[in-house]
Amino acid sequence: MSENNVVSRYTTAARINHWITAVSLILLALSGMALFHPSLFFLTNLFGGGQMTRAVHPWIGVVLFFSFLGLFFRFFTLNLWNRDDTVWMKNLGAVINDREEGLPELGKYNAGQKLVFWGQSILILLLFGSGLVLWDVYFEDYTNIDQKRLSAVVHALCAIGAILIWIVHVYAAIWVKGTLRAMTRGSVTRGWSWKHHRKWFRQEVGKP
Amino acid sequence: MATLQSLDIRRRSASNEAPPQIRQNAMEVAKLIDVSKCIGCKACQAACLEWNDLKQEIGYTDGTYNNPTDLTPASWTVMRFTEYEHGDDLEWLIRKDGCMHCDDPGCLKACPAPGAIVQYTNGIVDFVSENCIGCGYCVKGCPFNIPRISKVDRKAYKCTLCVDRVAVGQAPACAKACPTQAIYFGSKQDMIVHAEHRITDLKSRGFKNAGLYNPPGVGGTHVMYVLHHADRPSLYAGLPDDPKISPMVGLWKGVMKPISLAAIAFAGVFGFLHYITKGPNEVSEADQRKGDELAGGKKS
Repeated sequence: MSENNVVSRYTTAARINHWITAVSLILLALSGMALFHPSLFFLTNLFGGGQMTRAVHPWIGVVLFFSFLGLFFRFFTLNLWNRDDTVWMKNLGAVINDREEGLPELGKYNAGQKLVFWGQSILILLLFGSGLVLWDVYFEDYTNIDQKRLSAVVHALCAIGAILIWIVHVYAAIWVKGTLRAMTRGSVTRGWSWKHHRKWFRQEVGKP
Repeated sequence: MATLQSLDIRRRSASNEAPPQIRQNAMEVAKLIDVSKCIGCKACQAACLEWNDLKQEIGYTDGTYNNPTDLTPASWTVMRFTEYEHGDDLEWLIRKDGCMHCDDPGCLKACPAPGAIVQYTNGIVDFVSENCIGCGYCVKGCPFNIPRISKVDRKAYKCTLCVDRVAVGQAPACAKACPTQAIYFGSKQDMIVHAEHRITDLKSRGFKNAGLYNPPGVGGTHVMYVLHHADRPSLYAGLPDDPKISPMVGLWKGVMKPISLAAIAFAGVFGFLHYITKGPNEVSEADQRKGDELAGGKKS
């Protein structure tokens, strides 16, 4: 397929931004799960042992936070909720059965993608905040023991939430064929754009 | 020395494997600290430093006799002085603070590193430093605010109840050094019996609320106090009245672990089943044609 037959979806900068976020989120999930459940402690070996995992996890968190902040400011206007999203959510059953014909034409993101965006935005903010409280090396003296205990629970709960959203996000990309190339190459096919994000496609080709 | 092979282990942090437990006749030990007999000489602190080969850096005075002012990675026991005034009376309450060796240890429950905290069958709770990763979860688990993380090696330290001495039939260094025999050491049973004699004596001398501090909220402890005011433990420099592992820690280290893994596994399985039953969501030739029509000759 020649490059003429595709629609540009992401700039190179946006894709690098997303890749940094993706890699740090996976590393955080692995190192975090290693310290969360004893049965997964073996994952610390990927990071050079328990002490290294404990030391490196918060730094990856800092990378993720600022990287995600970049994504947030890039995309938050495109993720504002509208009436079509409510209709789409009401027909979620049709969506997961691949029967989207009767649904409204969609802009750059559908309601599911928007929920992923806002869900991760809130959870990453909470994870960053509670993570700082747990980062004893630098911040031990700023909080009391009850705040630290609460933060441990909040951090674990939000992490599980973020991992679940991540699973939905990745699965959607695997299920909906033609999506992944937006991440790897920055473009999608015309057919994909017509099927999934027709309103956005019309804007892109200047024929609303 | 990883752990003491001559002692069997009852619990091991972050471990699913059954610990060695062939010796079924282990006697539970306890240290009994008779606060009413303590003169605050700090011989126990000196003995602790000496036996454990620790050196407390010279600090500062905060205007009290507390020296150092708090437990540190090098000072595993500290005398805490309280001036208790009531009516015309002044009582000087001196409590030797340190690890209580809980029967249900919050530190061990919270620890994520396999084998970094062990509880021997004799009841001693010990930190195995080589396995410690320095996360500070033990600090969050402890109801008594005992473990301290070293700024030098980021490892947690606290009283070992001189487990290396106990394993070869010796009493802890502090008990050995105490000049007034305010610190006893022996089987937990014997220590409770001994405490009863002391409490009877204290009551006969006007301390009608004298009693034993062996808090049930943590399953009892292997360091116990004889208190003249057992009805108000918090008089003694904030000794918790009813210590328990925080419900936050209970949640975090209890139901949350299996439920979280189950939720993640469920999400993965759901995705897999969805894919194999519904098949991939593909762009049809009609979609492709319509897309090309919309784009027309325009190069996008």
